This record gives sequence, structure tokens and C-alpha cells, in this order.
Amino acid sequence: MPILKRLTETARAPVAFMLDGAPAQALMGDTVLTAVLTHIDRVRRSEFGGGPRAGFCMMGACQDCWMLLEDGGRVRACTTFIEPGMRLLSQWPDTWRPAAVAVAPVPSSVSPAADDGEALS
Amino acid sequence: MNGFVAPAAATAPAASAYELQPVIIGAGPAGIRAAQALVAAGLRPRVLDESLRAGGQIYRQPPAAPGYTRTPATLYGFEHRKATRLHRLMAQLAPHIDYEPGSLVWNLADGVLDAMRDGSSRQLRYSHLILATGATDRVLPMPGWLTPGVYTLGGAQVALKYQGCAIGSQVVFMGTGPLLYLVAYQYAKAGARVAAVLDTARFKDRVAALPGLLRAPTLLAKGLYYMAWLRRHGVALHEGVRPLRVLSGSRMEGESRAGGSREGDSRRGDSGSEGDSPVQSDIRVEAVQCQVGGQTLTIPCDALAYGLGLRSETQLASLAGCRHAFNARDRAWLPTHDAAGRSSVAGVYLAGDGAGIAGADAAELSGERAALALLQDMGRQVDLQRVRYLDGKLLRWQRIRDALERAFPFPEDWAASIADDVMVCRCEEISAGTLRESVAGQGTQELNRLKALTRVGMGRCQGRMCGAAAAEVLARACGVGPDQVGRLRPQPPVKPIPIHVVMMATPVAPAEERR
Repeated sequence: MPILKRLTETARAPVAFMLDGAPAQALMGDTVLTAVLTHIDRVRRSEFGGGPRAGFCMMGACQDCWMLLEDGGRVRACTTFIEPGMRLLSQWPDTWRPAAVAVAPVPSSVSPAADDGEALS
Repeated sequence: MNGFVAPAAATAPAASAYELQPVIIGAGPAGIRAAQALVAAGLRPRVLDESLRAGGQIYRQPPAAPGYTRTPATLYGFEHRKATRLHRLMAQLAPHIDYEPGSLVWNLADGVLDAMRDGSSRQLRYSHLILATGATDRVLPMPGWLTPGVYTLGGAQVALKYQGCAIGSQVVFMGTGPLLYLVAYQYAKAGARVAAVLDTARFKDRVAALPGLLRAPTLLAKGLYYMAWLRRHGVALHEGVRPLRVLSGSRMEGESRAGGSREGDSRRGDSGSEGDSPVQSDIRVEAVQCQVGGQTLTIPCDALAYGLGLRSETQLASLAGCRHAFNARDRAWLPTHDAAGRSSVAGVYLAGDGAGIAGADAAELSGERAALALLQDMGRQVDLQRVRYLDGKLLRWQRIRDALERAFPFPEDWAASIADDVMVCRCEEISAGTLRESVAGQGTQELNRLKALTRVGMGRCQGRMCGAAAAEVLARACGVGPDQVGRLRPQPPVKPIPIHVVMMATPVAPAEERR
């Protein structure tokens, strides 16, 4: 259920991107926030309570709309334009909880603490 | 100074990275007019703006992508001539300034600033600094304000102006301030359904403000026009409203919204704390509840635009070392400045809403005035008649602003009414109760101490969204005024930036030998 409703400026070129692993379409000039919220009703889940978030100020002040990319990067959705082929995630994948991420970037071959890390997760 | 005046002498040459030059931060009405005045005096300022296109928030331009068709009259309404004039002026100034759109200034101290642009950061020296950092909406938390579909009034306006979207198909506008009626009007005019406009200000506030508002007949006429237009188009307008909560419904993923049998038992007043549930539920706005004249009003809607006036962006002024003082009218700590915009730090000037809320028209005047002050301090000749004209106009805007604050007052009793379980901090979900416990249990009396102990204001937004509310809750719990609990001290980076950007930052160019 999308949040944003397009009222005007719909004559722009389409942009194909991936949202949570599925193909989706936006319009050139859309922010990531617009591209996502015209399809679904969140850009992320809160790292604290886990509730859905969909931004708040839309002008780069509240930092509520940071969104995950499949490659592990993050973008502030309200000030980043959608680009063709962008792969966006509206929540952490089930196999990729924050606790696991804290351990994952350290290759076990160079990390003597890797075992401890796994024990903690 | 109407229109762009080319400098009499040849244009100042492009500055090398080693050369000291004045830097203007922000390219809204204040920043643009400041740049114009410096260029007219033969200087070549550097203009750093976080947005990709000039205009600030109020005169924000649509993205540069092809296919946007709305005219300035559609985008900016009554203000379209002002907007177009400023956009054109900025285009004319382009060859005479070093304009860096998309630049986030994230740190600042002792004549050196850090600016991130296109994913990399560098340090820049400045000879003088004009801060025209603008403002964002002032908000106070209420139950349910974390629900997707709740946006600031300014945010709702950005969605429409910048992206051609409405924040929902049935939108309630709640809060107070001139923006409340303006954005509701813009939404209705663009074809969105406006469910209601709920103003926390009372009729008697407006009556009390009327003599002052008559000093700004055009402003008053516009406000009355928006209200009359909305009424004429069947939009319910309520005054003296007390916000109660945003009601939200949750439903299972894939379950149709129309299947509403769960509606009764799934309605909640807050959405901040239930996320640990293994069920992936969507939570959406279903209604806004408020109190009007002793009655509880429940207005069905799927989105809420909410704001209680504006708050100045002061982080950079704070990092620059500017002295701050509590401003009773704005109910906020603001960098102190003289009538011309000189801050307490030599060479640092303040203009526009970032120096205290005064609106876009005043921002144009104060931007020019700050630039003239800078020139005066450099020992340059300036047009003193123009200075007197600007000072007179700015003083008049201060009186108008007094009246506007009377017409749309801050709800001073908010902190007493807000329940313990309401989240004050959006970033890290810290409740009003947690703040009060810190006062009761740890004897906290100061805002930065409260931040250290509870993490309120320590999240990604650095207190932009929660700072005012946290101060109100703390002051109320301590039984003192909001001026008695201190102000949040910002830390660099003032907005989140990737850690590798900090590590790879290009250090400041060596200062040129000056003789």
C-alpha cells in the first residue's frame, strides 16, 4: 500500500529499479523516497523498536529516511535521486540481522576474534 | 537593489583554492541576496548549498531532470514572481561566484570548514562567513507521530512542490503557523483531498494579533484568502484544537485494507514500540484525534501534515563559536547578532531564518544587510541610504513576526500533557517517561546532561526533531522555564556522513602568505 500519491508531473521518463528484490518503476527526477513510497509504505524499519519508518521532514534534516542498498551501502532517501538499476531494501534481510553484520565484514582468516563474535551473535 | 547589478570593475577572477574568500552557506533567499551584494562590490564569494538547485525550501525548484511541466505560478502561487526573480538572479550570478550546490558543510571552526560534495570531503578556508542555513518545521511529539504517513508541514509541501506527490489520498493538516493554511490550500488546489485543517491557535489569539498583522496587509490578506478558499471548497477548519493522537491500524502483509474486520482491536495510539513482533505488519494512519471545545473529534484520514511553526538551523553557528541566547518569542536558543547580522564572532554573519524565524521576505533583506555589514567591516564604502532602508524594513518585519507569533502561539502546556510512553526522540526511540525518570532519579537539570544520560538528541538528527520537545519536558519536570535548561551543543558531523569520507578528507590548503 503506497503512501505517496502522484498528483502531477507524471510525463517523465520511467526508471527501472529493484525494491526488496522485485522489479519496480519510478520516474526520472524522483527521489529514492518518492520512488519507494509510491509502491510501499516504509523505507526501513527502526533499529530500535523495529517499527516501519517512511521519513518525516523530506528535506534532509530528520535523518529518518536512510535506506539500505543491497550492497550494504545506505542512502538518505529524500535527498538521493533514484537511478536505473538501484537495488533498495526496505528492511534488513532475515539472514542479515544487525548483530550478524557487526561480525560479517571481518574475514575470519584475519580475525582471531571471529569465534568470539559468532559466540556472541 | 532590484535585479542584478553587475560590478563596475571587472569581475573578480576565479579564486584559487589557496585564496581566502567570503563563504556563504545556504542558497535560499538570504544566501542569494548576500551573494548578490558581495558580487556587486566586486568580491567573488563561494556559495555552498546542500540542495542541488538554489532557492532554499520556500523557493525550492523541481529536480533538473527533463519532463517537469509545472509553471512557477503553479509551483509558488502568489510568490511566483519572487521565486522567479531569485532563481534568475542566481543564474546571473553564476559566473561571478564559486557556486557549489550539493555541498554539505558538516564541520566548522576557526576559519576552516569541511564540506562534503559528491561523496568526498575537503577543507576550505574562509575570510568571512555568512550563515544562511534556514529553518525546518518545529514539531512536538504526540502519540502515533512515528506512524508512516505522518510528515511535517514543510515535508508535505516538499512532496508536492518538488515531487508532484501528495503524502496521502486524504490528508489532515494540524498544528499552527502560516504554513498550515498555505500547504492545505496548495494540496486542495493540486487535487488532493484535504480532510480537515486543525489549528492549535485560538480565535482570540488571532484577534489579539490583528493590530500587529495589519502592519503586513498583504500577508494578512493572503492568509485570509487561503482560509476562505478552503472553507468555500468544503474543507472543515477548526481553531483552538488540542492534538490528541494519530490513530493507526495494523494489518497483516498482503491483507487487503478494505478487509477491515481487525480495525477495531488493532487501532493503536502509538507505533513506536511494537516492532519486535515477528509478524510483518504494515502500520498506517487511519485517523487523527483532537479535542475542540471539550469535544473529541476523530477525523478519518491516511496522512497527517503536522507542524507548529519553524525552528532555526543553528548547528553551524554553534560550531563557529557564536554566542547564543534564549529567544522568548521563538522559544529557542538562537545565535545572537546585531541588527545587521553580525554574530559574536568577528567575520561570522547570520542571515535569514537560521538567525531567528522571520520569513522569506525578511530573509532577502537580512541576506543583503549581512553582506553590507561584511563589506563595512572590510572597510569598503557601502550605500548608507540602502543600509538605512534595509534596517528600517527589517525592524518592521520584527514587529510583524511578533504579531504572527501571537496569532499562532506555541502550545506552552504541551510538556504537561504528553504521556510517559510517547516517543520524544524519533532516532533512538526515547520516551517522555525516560526523560522524566532521569530528572526524578538522577537529578538531571541540564539538556546536555540529559542527552548524555538518556541519549535524547544524540541520534542521527542531533536533536533537530526532538531538541525543542526534550527541553520542554525537562524544563517542566524541573519546574523551570525552557530558558533554564541549557541548549543542545551540536557535534560535527552535523549530519551523518560516511566514515571513509572523514578519513579521506582533503586537508586544508596551506594559508597563502599574506603581506
